[in-house]
Amino acid sequence: MRETPLTNCEKDFVKKSVAENRRIDGRQPYDTRKAKITFGVDRGSCQVQLGQTRVFAQVSCEVAEPKPSRPSDGILFVNLELSPMACPSFEAGRLSDYGVELNRLLERCLKESRCLDTESLCITTGEKVWSIRVDVHVLNHDGNIIDAASIAAISVLAHFRRPDVTVSGTEITIHPIEERDPVPLSVHHMPLCVTFAFFEQGKYLVVDPTDLEEKVMDGKMVIGMNKHREICTLQITGDIQLEKDQVLRCSNIAVVKVTEMTELIHKALDNDRQVRASGGKFGFAESISIEKVTSNQMKGSEINMEDAEEQASALVLSDQDSETPSDTIEDEETVVHVLNKGVGSIGQGGASQWTIDEEEAEKMQTEVKFKMTRTKSAHKNLPTATDGDLGDNSEEEETIVLGQDMKIISQQERQNSQKMQTKTGDVKMKKGKKYMKK
Amino acid sequence: MVDHVGTVFLPGDTIHNLNKSEKTGKIIIGPGLRQESETIIVSKPGILRHKEPNIYWIDSHQKKYVPVKGEQVLGVVTAKAGDVFRVDVGGSEQATLSYLSFEGATKRNRPDVKVGDIVFARFLVANKDMEPELVCMDGAGRSSGMGVIGRDRGFMFTCSLNLIRKILSPGCVLLKTLGNGNRFEITVGMNGRVWIHGRSVVDTIMVANAISAAEFMDKDQIRAMCSKLADRFIVVE
Repeated sequence: MRETPLTNCEKDFVKKSVAENRRIDGRQPYDTRKAKITFGVDRGSCQVQLGQTRVFAQVSCEVAEPKPSRPSDGILFVNLELSPMACPSFEAGRLSDYGVELNRLLERCLKESRCLDTESLCITTGEKVWSIRVDVHVLNHDGNIIDAASIAAISVLAHFRRPDVTVSGTEITIHPIEERDPVPLSVHHMPLCVTFAFFEQGKYLVVDPTDLEEKVMDGKMVIGMNKHREICTLQITGDIQLEKDQVLRCSNIAVVKVTEMTELIHKALDNDRQVRASGGKFGFAESISIEKVTSNQMKGSEINMEDAEEQASALVLSDQDSETPSDTIEDEETVVHVLNKGVGSIGQGGASQWTIDEEEAEKMQTEVKFKMTRTKSAHKNLPTATDGDLGDNSEEEETIVLGQDMKIISQQERQNSQKMQTKTGDVKMKKGKKYMKK
Repeated sequence: MVDHVGTVFLPGDTIHNLNKSEKTGKIIIGPGLRQESETIIVSKPGILRHKEPNIYWIDSHQKKYVPVKGEQVLGVVTAKAGDVFRVDVGGSEQATLSYLSFEGATKRNRPDVKVGDIVFARFLVANKDMEPELVCMDGAGRSSGMGVIGRDRGFMFTCSLNLIRKILSPGCVLLKTLGNGNRFEITVGMNGRVWIHGRSVVDTIMVANAISAAEFMDKDQIRAMCSKLADRFIVVE
């Protein structure tokens, strides 16, 4: 699907606001969006939200043959996927140029910084090593995918545990998780990417650009750095020429951002570990806040209850005097059956407990009568108008003609009025019960 | 079940006893409701709305726009193709806009429209079998506010369709109270796009964010927000 085209109006506005040190989401030029890291129930799955950008990472491992050039090193494979779910302009299956660029950048950031100790992944030299695969899926695209992806990728590597292995002679045993605790990967340091977008030939710069800013910017620079101030990657794209000062200034900003982010990752990992150890609830489902109201709401309105209370108490008293047999409403106990996680049912269903008030029944009867006279004209052309008669039941359409009066009474209406008459007898005592319950 | 108007329905619910027109005995059902033989079934989650005497529809949260004849939308001109402009309106297909359907336009006197411009236009043709067609004129040949909007000024953003309906509903206090505190120009397209031009960049950003924030607010909350913003405007100036 085609992308929504960028208008001149938006382009001008973004440029104008950047020149005034303002951003559309209210941030300062050097502010990053709020990041949120959540880990899944399984080890080695993680979701990162950077504003509206959302990225999911998953680690998997298998035993494989090492590369002949490096017989004692494990294999790290990084894959970044852009699906149409993230943005309709991304095509499924085929990786776009943008996708290839991001993929390469992430791979370089993780592999060439040697943040993962691949030698510890060796089982037997030249024969068996662990192959670790990191899959990063972009779930929603609102700019700056690479930052979110690098956070997700490194957090997920630190979160992952691989099965333990023992080697005795030529026999290799891979212990299942139940048998022996899985071991963490050894992550030396955490390289993270920080993106800078440049406007007006590098005159203005903003950190962590949104989708709109990315569309408007002249060029961008991505700095991959760890908290020890070591630059792991640096990439400049777009038609900009940067001065030495600018690169230096960016790397200074990157230092601050990376330290903040590394702390956040450590905090998220610590939280997850504590919750797991204490047996609390964790995972993506727990991280969703359900106390948010997103639908329409109605404010409570005040009702004058003075009269109603008197009436109710009077009814209750009269009801107790008359000693009516107890109602089913009171006897029935509501039992909650938990069928499955997230599914529940109250009671077993059964006959309707709703009763109709005496007054209401009378009112409805008069209404029915009123309708009968009124429907006379409306029902004349009834057989032809069946297409539009959506609310009618088929029963209702069978009309009975009574005498010369041409009164038309629908069957259902008649049945209803009969039912009401028979019911009115026991309505009164039920009414009393209802008030008592309240 | 007329009193069910205003309550939430979910897909699969059936609705009975809707008000029929006295003359024709018919019910008109709008988006979110579907007729399955003799019953009416809800096909979108949302609130049941009713317009006297016999019009019913479901008001739901939606972002995808489906062109409707007669609706006014904000479109983005993506290409010039001979004697028509191609306009992106956020629907499944691009709409066409003839260069003759502007006020005062003739074969010799072409309107000044560039690629990337925003146009405020009305749907002349919108059905599922034909390419949608826009015009920038009313029945009398007047522009009546339509045409190219906000060249070199203002800002356009998108929001959900139900927010648009909320803003434009006569009972909504948002634009009135927001306009009390400061001056701004606004154009609201039924396709979920809003164009705003305030006195300064900050004003524009503030109004845009206020409108997006108003989606889940009631009248009192909107008033509170607007009075809070009115204070801010004075501080900024």
